[in-house]
Amino acid sequence: MLGKLDWSAIPFDQPIPLVAGAVVLVAILCVLAWVVVKGHLPYLWREWITSVDHKRIGVMYILLASVMLLRGGSDAVMMRIQQAVAYQSQGYLPPEHYNQIFSAHGTIMIFFVAMPFVIGLMNLIVPLQLGVRDVAFPTLNSVGFWLTATGALLVNVSLVVGEFARTGWLAFPPLSELSYSPGVGVDYYAWSLQISGVGTLVAGINLVTTVLKLRTRGMNYLRMPMFCWTTLASNLLIVAAFPILTATLAMLLLDRYLGFHFFTNEAGGNVMMFMNLIWAWGHPEVYILVLPAFGIFSEVVSTFSGKALFGYRSMVLATMAICVISFMVWLHHFFTMGAGPDVNAIFGIASMIIAVPTGVKIYNWLFTMYGGRIRFATPMLWSVGFMVTFIIGGLTGVLVAVPPADFMLHNSMFLVAHFHNVIIGGVLFGAFAGFEYWFPKAFGFRLDERWGKAAFWFTFLGFYVTFMPLYIVGMLGMTRRMQHYDVAAWRPWMIIAAFGMAVLTIGVICQIMQLVVSIRDREALRDRTGDPWDGRSLEWATWSPPPVFNFAFNPDVRGEDAYWEMKAHARQQSFAHEEREYEDIEMPRNSPTGFVCAFFATIMGFALIWHIWWMVILGGIGAFATFVVFAWRDHDEYVIPAEEVARIDRVNIEERRSLVSMAGSV
Amino acid sequence: MNLLDPQGPVAAANSTILVDSVFIMLVIVVPTIFAILAFAFWFRASNPKARYQPEFVYSGRVEMVVWSIPALTVILLGGVAWIGSHQLDPAAPVPGTGSPVRIHAVSLDWKWLFIYPDQRIATVNTLTVPAGAELNFQLTSSSVMNTFFIPQLGSMIYTMNGMVTKLNLRADNEGKLQGMSAHFSGDGFPDMMFDVNVISPLAFPEWVAATAKTDAVLNADSYKRLMQQGIEKGRPVYRLDDPQLFDLISTLHIPPGPGPELASEAGRSHSGGHDAR
Amino acid sequence: MAMTATADHVHADPHHIGRVIEHPGPAPKRIVTAYGFWIFLLSDIVMFSCFFAAYAVLSGQTAGGPRGSEIFEQRNVAIETVCLLLSSFTCGMASIAADVRNRFWFYLGMAVTCVLGLIFLAIEFREFADLVARGYGPSRSAFLTAFFSLVGCHGLHVSAGILWLLTMMAQVFAKGFRADILRRMMCFALFWHALDIIWVAVFSVVYLLGSAP
Repeated sequence: MLGKLDWSAIPFDQPIPLVAGAVVLVAILCVLAWVVVKGHLPYLWREWITSVDHKRIGVMYILLASVMLLRGGSDAVMMRIQQAVAYQSQGYLPPEHYNQIFSAHGTIMIFFVAMPFVIGLMNLIVPLQLGVRDVAFPTLNSVGFWLTATGALLVNVSLVVGEFARTGWLAFPPLSELSYSPGVGVDYYAWSLQISGVGTLVAGINLVTTVLKLRTRGMNYLRMPMFCWTTLASNLLIVAAFPILTATLAMLLLDRYLGFHFFTNEAGGNVMMFMNLIWAWGHPEVYILVLPAFGIFSEVVSTFSGKALFGYRSMVLATMAICVISFMVWLHHFFTMGAGPDVNAIFGIASMIIAVPTGVKIYNWLFTMYGGRIRFATPMLWSVGFMVTFIIGGLTGVLVAVPPADFMLHNSMFLVAHFHNVIIGGVLFGAFAGFEYWFPKAFGFRLDERWGKAAFWFTFLGFYVTFMPLYIVGMLGMTRRMQHYDVAAWRPWMIIAAFGMAVLTIGVICQIMQLVVSIRDREALRDRTGDPWDGRSLEWATWSPPPVFNFAFNPDVRGEDAYWEMKAHARQQSFAHEEREYEDIEMPRNSPTGFVCAFFATIMGFALIWHIWWMVILGGIGAFATFVVFAWRDHDEYVIPAEEVARIDRVNIEERRSLVSMAGSV
Repeated sequence: MNLLDPQGPVAAANSTILVDSVFIMLVIVVPTIFAILAFAFWFRASNPKARYQPEFVYSGRVEMVVWSIPALTVILLGGVAWIGSHQLDPAAPVPGTGSPVRIHAVSLDWKWLFIYPDQRIATVNTLTVPAGAELNFQLTSSSVMNTFFIPQLGSMIYTMNGMVTKLNLRADNEGKLQGMSAHFSGDGFPDMMFDVNVISPLAFPEWVAATAKTDAVLNADSYKRLMQQGIEKGRPVYRLDDPQLFDLISTLHIPPGPGPELASEAGRSHSGGHDAR
Repeated sequence: MAMTATADHVHADPHHIGRVIEHPGPAPKRIVTAYGFWIFLLSDIVMFSCFFAAYAVLSGQTAGGPRGSEIFEQRNVAIETVCLLLSSFTCGMASIAADVRNRFWFYLGMAVTCVLGLIFLAIEFREFADLVARGYGPSRSAFLTAFFSLVGCHGLHVSAGILWLLTMMAQVFAKGFRADILRRMMCFALFWHALDIIWVAVFSVVYLLGSAP
């Protein structure tokens, strides 16, 4: 009836996951109860859960990422404590638990923190920057988000029902094959990623189509803000790389469920094929994450330097070069497999070549600052912090691309330090910069600067205190994923790293405090201009938060830095343009398709993990029926009448005009 | 274990390349970091002396320079990578004094088996080698992937079931070193550290003779017992019954090691899939 | 319109991009939908290419089991191929019929496409069942694993296509040739043709090359 599921799936003998699970469950129930009692449920359902507005979906992506950041972060804290105490002892985490934690940490941080964070920011901002009203496929966008959430949910369910993979975040076979991992952990891993992978693919298709086909008048390719370019590159990588992940995990699942022999030891399976396939996805994946961050830094550096981006064409070229070359370097993840000197050298050099366009980007940001008038608001701090940190990560990255050096450093703590250096210093700093920068756009009030700066400094310093010791223990020969060790020389560094983790945690707390304080003081922090940073691109041309239709009139773009030019132009004349004829606006209707579909996907995923076949069929039929119901509806759009558009627009124009005249009188 | 304290020519060459590459890059990286901080500081909005040049957004000359700096660095490092990859290919010979010592290494769940086919002995979790001689490793795995790595002797290499990888090393100085598995392989992974005793070439035959006196015999049967999942705290040694044993393992004539099911009943406390299967 | 805008507001071109053709604005829905679906198809082809790659890697690993030339039956494959190619033609007919809003030819074209697709699936199913019955199932060897997954993946796509096809017919029956339904029909046609192209590759790589003794 319930497949493999029975009471033994609940780890009653393990207090840590059980207590953690209970706390999370209670917290969720409390929030739910609060929502129901206060009567917020209809509002949530109407305005958020069923929303197909790209801004709302973007915000929900970022919320998901933030919540999962806390989960992945607690894993990190547990790991650092374990390695600090597990010298000549077992520490406090037994291997089967520790191994789940580092596997979950990697999986969560990449798939359910970094990915949703950057996809959320792209969703939120790109249509605004392009001057259009929505993304290409609004309902599909909602489906994509909810499927990602399904994946995240399944990973967290594994905490209390069954176990998570104990194989590392890429589940290398043969360790992940049924003979060596008979539990449900790898199945949780693979099905979560399959489901969220579909969501990511949908998001990728959506954003590629949006950038290529939905741009306002005059928004030529070479006038797009840098963030749109990096979004395009990143999503092209998604549509080209994620199918590889889907295929690879499908093969692993076929091995595990139906006794196939893709990667088994027996009957001619080939583990090296898995390594090649997974990294053919895995390497582009890191650029999927970091390219949008590059875009964010481009926007932030240029805005806060009060200058257009230096070397715009170079930046575009560099972005697209990275996009292409990132597919030609996957082998550098396993130089130590014995592929032979020619192959190793070619892939090593190809990997270094990526450093050229990346280096160019750094210099272009540098020269954007040159001759600027730099305001050090929080987003700019993150950006300068990024530039310094990322160069160090780039250095160590090029270092491990030299095959003989990699022969010593492969899989070591040095490598761990390297990729945290680029992912924290690049992606996470970028995500935070984008969060601080665009928060006023999304919610209409700024974030508290004092707490924001505190968060930056603690995170920045905490990062160095945590990860520089890891570089050093890597040079002392320590490999990754050690549940305990007996080498005295490693110990002091692990203790320093654990201390750094505490500093990083303070940074995260500051970040949370910033949000709390800002929400409390939201009236004082209110931004009535829609343009709190003196921005340059079109998202600042509309109000904060933007109306559901984004722009009353789709703007006409006449050059790069569209809004900057508009402002320059407007300053010569009067700010408010002449009265124009408002028109009806058609907007896509809300739809519960995404949520319902994800509900069935959750059922299906859970049933597949536990071999509950009737439930799988039920989930499948449900998901199909959801789409048929969606396809059957007669009205997929609603009309906002011209008078309503005019009313909203005039209120905002009045507000802005009064501010301009006030500024003029001061 | 310090990578910068090499005890053999391969490790020495690897770490030289490592250090040289870092210095080549530091030449670019340090001034760049300095420039970032300097520009950020000087062009702060509150500095009245800094000249605001909003129109400085394109300069062919600067772009020429910013493309060529990383490009030249990479060309230089690419040369290092190309030459280094060929000279330090794990399978490339490492000439030494005396006759080379052949060692067949097998990663088991979770211990290392070292077979000396010419000496007809085998050891677990201890590798004893003569100083100065070329060490010809052939490596495979009984089950999952591992990586054979002795940090102070240099280059690591994967061990994979059904496949043989090759690695040549040399240890120059007598002493005790440590080796490990550098690729996560399951619950007993951290206990896959092994001792490396580098002894004088004269003492090596004595050690071989002493070891060969053991009663324990390594053949297909005792190997199958050895490959059950578990941690080996002792340092067992064996006489080698069949010098072809390694070939039987690497060609899968001896089937791969069993997973956790057969291995230990005490092992897993809560792996959900157990009873239903 | 946009050109005049440029004229009255002299633009400095700080990035040295030179003269450009002004972008006319967002594309119409039909274009956007088809474009997005093309991108989906490309990603689907990337997924297939992984299975092709796996097949190329594993095709020699028969582990003592049969080789391709011992189990492939040219006659069946020929019939399968003819069915799929013909179905692409009838699917094209149905698309044209939908464009001119002719219900009769639309239903006829779709029905024939469906029948041809089902014949294809039936033959493939029989081939699979026969192999499994002879003990040559996918667990027999890595070669058979790769063969079953590659061909089976295509078969799954065809099955999904038939489900979609029936849904399309029901939709046209219930709602008529609405603009959004026509857009979906266009996507379906693209999907069906793409399956054909993939089948040509499967046919060549698996059956033609594999039949060589």
